[in-house]
This record gives sequence, C-alpha cells and structure tokens, in this order.
Amino acid sequence: MPALLDIRNLSVTFETAQGPFRAVDQVDFSVDTGERLAIVGESGSGKSVAMLAVMGLLPKTATVTADVMAFNGHDLRQLDARSRRKIIGRDMSMIFQEPIASLNPCFTVGFQIGEALKTHLGLDRAARRKRSIELLEAVGIPEPAQRLSAFPHQLSGGMSQRVMIAMAISCQPKLLIADEPTTALDVTIQAQILELLINLQKDTGMALVLITHDMGVVAETAERVVVQYAGQQVERQSIRGLFEAPHHPYTAALLAALPERAGRGRLPQIPGVVPGLGDQPDGCLFNPRCGYADDRCRRVVPPRTGPELGEALCHYPINGEEAA
Amino acid sequence: MLRFLLNRIAVLLPTFIGVTIISFLFIRLLPGDPIELLAGERGVTPERHAQLMHMMGFDKPIWQQYLTFVGDVLQGDLGQSIVTKRPVFDEFFTLFPATLELSICAIIFAIAIGLPAGIIAAVRRGSVFDHTVMATALTGYSMPIFWWGLLLIIVFSGTLGWTPVSGRISFMFFFDQVTGFMLIDSLLSGQKGAFASAVEHLILPTIVLGTIPLAVIARQTRSAMLEVLGEDYVRTARAKGLPPSRVIGLHALRNAMIPVITTIGLQVGVLLAGAILTETIFSWPGVGKWMIDSVSRRDYPAVQGGLLLIASLVMLVNLTVDILYGLINPRIRHRR
Repeated sequence: MPALLDIRNLSVTFETAQGPFRAVDQVDFSVDTGERLAIVGESGSGKSVAMLAVMGLLPKTATVTADVMAFNGHDLRQLDARSRRKIIGRDMSMIFQEPIASLNPCFTVGFQIGEALKTHLGLDRAARRKRSIELLEAVGIPEPAQRLSAFPHQLSGGMSQRVMIAMAISCQPKLLIADEPTTALDVTIQAQILELLINLQKDTGMALVLITHDMGVVAETAERVVVQYAGQQVERQSIRGLFEAPHHPYTAALLAALPERAGRGRLPQIPGVVPGLGDQPDGCLFNPRCGYADDRCRRVVPPRTGPELGEALCHYPINGEEAA
Repeated sequence: MLRFLLNRIAVLLPTFIGVTIISFLFIRLLPGDPIELLAGERGVTPERHAQLMHMMGFDKPIWQQYLTFVGDVLQGDLGQSIVTKRPVFDEFFTLFPATLELSICAIIFAIAIGLPAGIIAAVRRGSVFDHTVMATALTGYSMPIFWWGLLLIIVFSGTLGWTPVSGRISFMFFFDQVTGFMLIDSLLSGQKGAFASAVEHLILPTIVLGTIPLAVIARQTRSAMLEVLGEDYVRTARAKGLPPSRVIGLHALRNAMIPVITTIGLQVGVLLAGAILTETIFSWPGVGKWMIDSVSRRDYPAVQGGLLLIASLVMLVNLTVDILYGLINPRIRHRR
C-alpha cells in the first residue's frame, strides 16, 4: 500500500530581487497513516516551506517541483486549485506557530470552526454548533458552549492553539501538519499542547507531521525524524536511532546543545548561521560550521549514505563504525 | 457599549465649543460688514451705518456678541439671515437636501469604484492593473476640483453634449419638493422624463465631488488589504480550503475595513468642503453655494450658523463612524 503522503525530490525556489533562492532542496517525505514524523532544523532550514508547498499555501513567487507529490491517492502536482481546496482543511490540515495571530480577530471562535464544517461537510447551523462543541471539548476547552461566542482576543495563547487544533481536526483529517505548534507558548502550556496532539493522533489514527526546532519536542512526540539543514535533508532516522547514534555532524551538534545532554558548564553551540540567499558555500552546505569538515567537504557535494548511516548527507558520517 | 458611546460624546463637547468660536470669529475677520455690502455702490451715510449696526447688535463688544450667539444657539436659535430675513436654520435645511443628495451620490460612487479597485490592486500587487489604479488615484487626488469640473463640462457638456451643464433638473419640469431629494421627488411627481433629467444632472457633479474620496479610498483600501493579506489568519483561512472569494472578501476584507471605514468617515469633511466648489461650478443650489454667497455678502448669522451646522454634521458622522468601528472591530467594543 502506498504511503499516505509521498513526496520525492521536492524543491521550492523563490524568485527574489537578488535572483532565485532555493529554500527547499530535493527533499523526500513519506508518511503513513497513523505515523508521527518530526522535521527538525534551525530557522531558515526550509521545514515550513516544504510543508506549505504540500498544502499549496506558498505565494506565487515560489516555484514548486517534485518527482512525486502524492497524498491519499491524489497527485498534488496535477490538481487544480479548486480540487486542492477540497483536500486541504479536510483530509490534510495544518496548524501554525502563532496561534493568536492565526485566528481572525473579527470573527468568533464558533464562526471560524464552523466555516470548515460548512465548506467541507455541508453541515447546517445546528449540526455545526453541536460538532463545534464536541471539538472544543476534545481539545480540552472548558465551557465549550460559551466559548463559541468568544472572540480570539479573549483567549490566551494556549487556548488559541487549542481552538486552532479543533479547527484543524474538525473534518477528521488523515494528516495533520503542526508547524512549530508550541514555539510561541509558555513552557508549561507547551507540554499540554504536545500531549493533546499526541492523544488526538492516537485516538483518531491520523498521521502527524510535526515541524520543530526543539529536539526536546522531537524526543517526546515523534517516531521518525528528518533533520533539515539549509533546505536539504541531512539525516533521516527513527527516533531511537537518532538519539542513540546520530550520523550527521549537524544532528550530533543539535543533540549536544540539549541542556539535559550537555552536563555542567557552558552549553555547546553551533557557530554561525544557516546560509541564506547568496552565501551558500560550495560542497557540503554545513561545512563552514562543521567541526569535522576538510578540503573535500568544501569542494565536493556529499552523497547520500545508506539507511544504516541514517541516510546522512555527509562525507564522514559519525558513529559509522557502530553501524558497520 | 453605552459607556463607549458616552465617552465619544463627551469628547465632542470641547470640539463643539471650539467650532462656535471659530465659526463666529472667522467671518468677522474679513474686511467689510453686511451693511456696506447691502448698500453696494450707492453707499450709506456714516450715521445711517451706525444706526443699522446698532439695530443688528454689531456695535456691541465682540465677547458680548459671542455670548449672545452661544446663548441663542443653546436655545436652538441660529438667528436670521441679514439678506433674506429668514431664519438661518430654515434656510440651511431647505438647501441641505440638495447638498446631501449630491454628497451621498458622490460617496456611493467613490466607494463603489474605490473599494473594489483597491482590493483588486492589492490582490494583484505589482500588476498592470495595480499600477494603473495607483497612478489614476494619485492623479485624481492631485487634481484641483474646479479645474476637473470645468474640464468635464467642456468635454461632456460642451463638445459631446451628453450631459447638462448646470442645475439639478431641466427647466421643463416643475413639481413640489416633497423630500428635497430631486431623484425621489422627480419619481414622485410622475412626470415622464423627470427622473432621467435629474440623473443626467447628477452625473458630472457626482464624478467631480467623488473623485478625491475615490482616490483616497482606493489607496487606503489597497494598503490596508496588502497589510492584512500577509497576516497569519489569512493563511489559516486558505489552509481551511476556503475559496479565494471568501478568503479575500470576508477574512481579509473585514479586517482591512477597519482603517478604511475611518477614512471614509473622514472623507465626509472633505466632501462638504468639495461640495462648496462643486456646487459653485455646477450652479447646484445646495448649502455650499449658499455659504459662498453668504460669505461674499458678509451675512454674519448665515455664515456662522451655516458653519456651525456643517461642523455639527461632520461631528455626527464621525461619531457614527466611531460606533461603526466598534461594531466591526470586536477588540474596541470590548475594551473597558
């Protein structure tokens, strides 16, 4: 059976004033029903852009190319805008980083949840209200009936994200993409929202793609992990393998920067920033920041290694001897 | 909501007092007085002049005159026109429907074209349409009203002969003014062709008066839409799979309307100022033309009363806008 979401060789290029910029560079994803995949990487590594491309939400300045881009039997590349709108918000939905800004300030919570129910399921007013109350209950909002008439500015960040989740799961999607769902929230709320997402995923059997820059979040939620750097996937592993034996130096550096792993003293950091438009190095994109980089890394683009090495995009994958 | 309303009204009080002072002083700052201008070229003897000035109370100290004026205004009396001897209030509201009719048509024209033009320009940012709309808006905004009005008269009335030059309706029609609105009265009269004639007469003045508000509304709508289209909640709306008409026409537009409504409200003041020029160009018998005539006759009660009424109307419109703003923007309504 083919995967629910199957993306191969996806690239996204933005037309900018300084010339084309490749934000996502030949990435592959496959997510099965009921699976939890995490995409992890720093800001600017193209995590969100790749998923927005899947949703079809990128601006017109973006050019999306892929060898395969299939979801639930549909070829997303072939779909016209109208057919695609029938899928997104229904079978595939997404929640975003800033829950407060993501809700429309002019409309009530009930209206915004009801909209998807009306558009995709054609429910009447009474049915929408009933379903909206169920949804708010499912995402753990107290007094759901009263909350329907609340405006977003009357909700806290955590509550707003719960409403966003309620909206996203309103049509029982097969895939939920969560783009940094906890980044803008308080630490105590973060754990609650993650727990909610995982419980919903387990209860409904939908697939969950979690975009994050937080390795801690990855550890708590995902089954499989894709590590993305400067638009490329530098490592793809199971969660266990990744934490036990990271193969790409970038993954290892990210893990080393976790406070619970760093031990005492200064937290290690990765010097420099993700290369942006116009300053992409030759060879391996990570070489200027990599402790292991040598001349070959600076000249030759690294090949993709096998699954035993986490499919790392590296000339000198670490922990290689263990795998061998 | 009530508290919000009372707050807004309380703010208007000092404005109102300021308006009485300005409208009272403004006309007295101009050289000449009503007696001299009434007498005209024949002139008037100094004795007779002093006698008339005393009769009208213009010889009293200025603060005393002001207090009398304010006292009368508080009792709802705006005085009598020196020229026509009719109460200023009656005079104003006999002519006001003509101005109101023209202004309503102008603002409808401005909104009906400016709003969609601004929205489309924002959605198709950088397109030929966008550039055309913005360039046209800038031109429209920069054009002097009297020049634009005369230009239209020359082309459409003079050369092409499509529209009448001036007035509200053809002289061939005569009927009672029931509402004061020519479009309605002409329909009520039941005379064949009267309504068409009224419409014909409205076209050019509407365009002339509506041009500046149209330009302002188009630009403001475009920039408000551009700002809103980049917001996260617009992305959320698209992520729900809603059609573009709903994403733009509802989710984005409702938010973009907040600044646009303010702009439209502020245009009412511009509209009344523009009405003065437009009415003069098209011999439109409204309060604008009446004000100009009253100023040149130094008709003190008419000018100060007229100014006060116009200013009050503008304040009333602004109050309405504030309330509307609260209705559209829940964040304002709920603020304590």
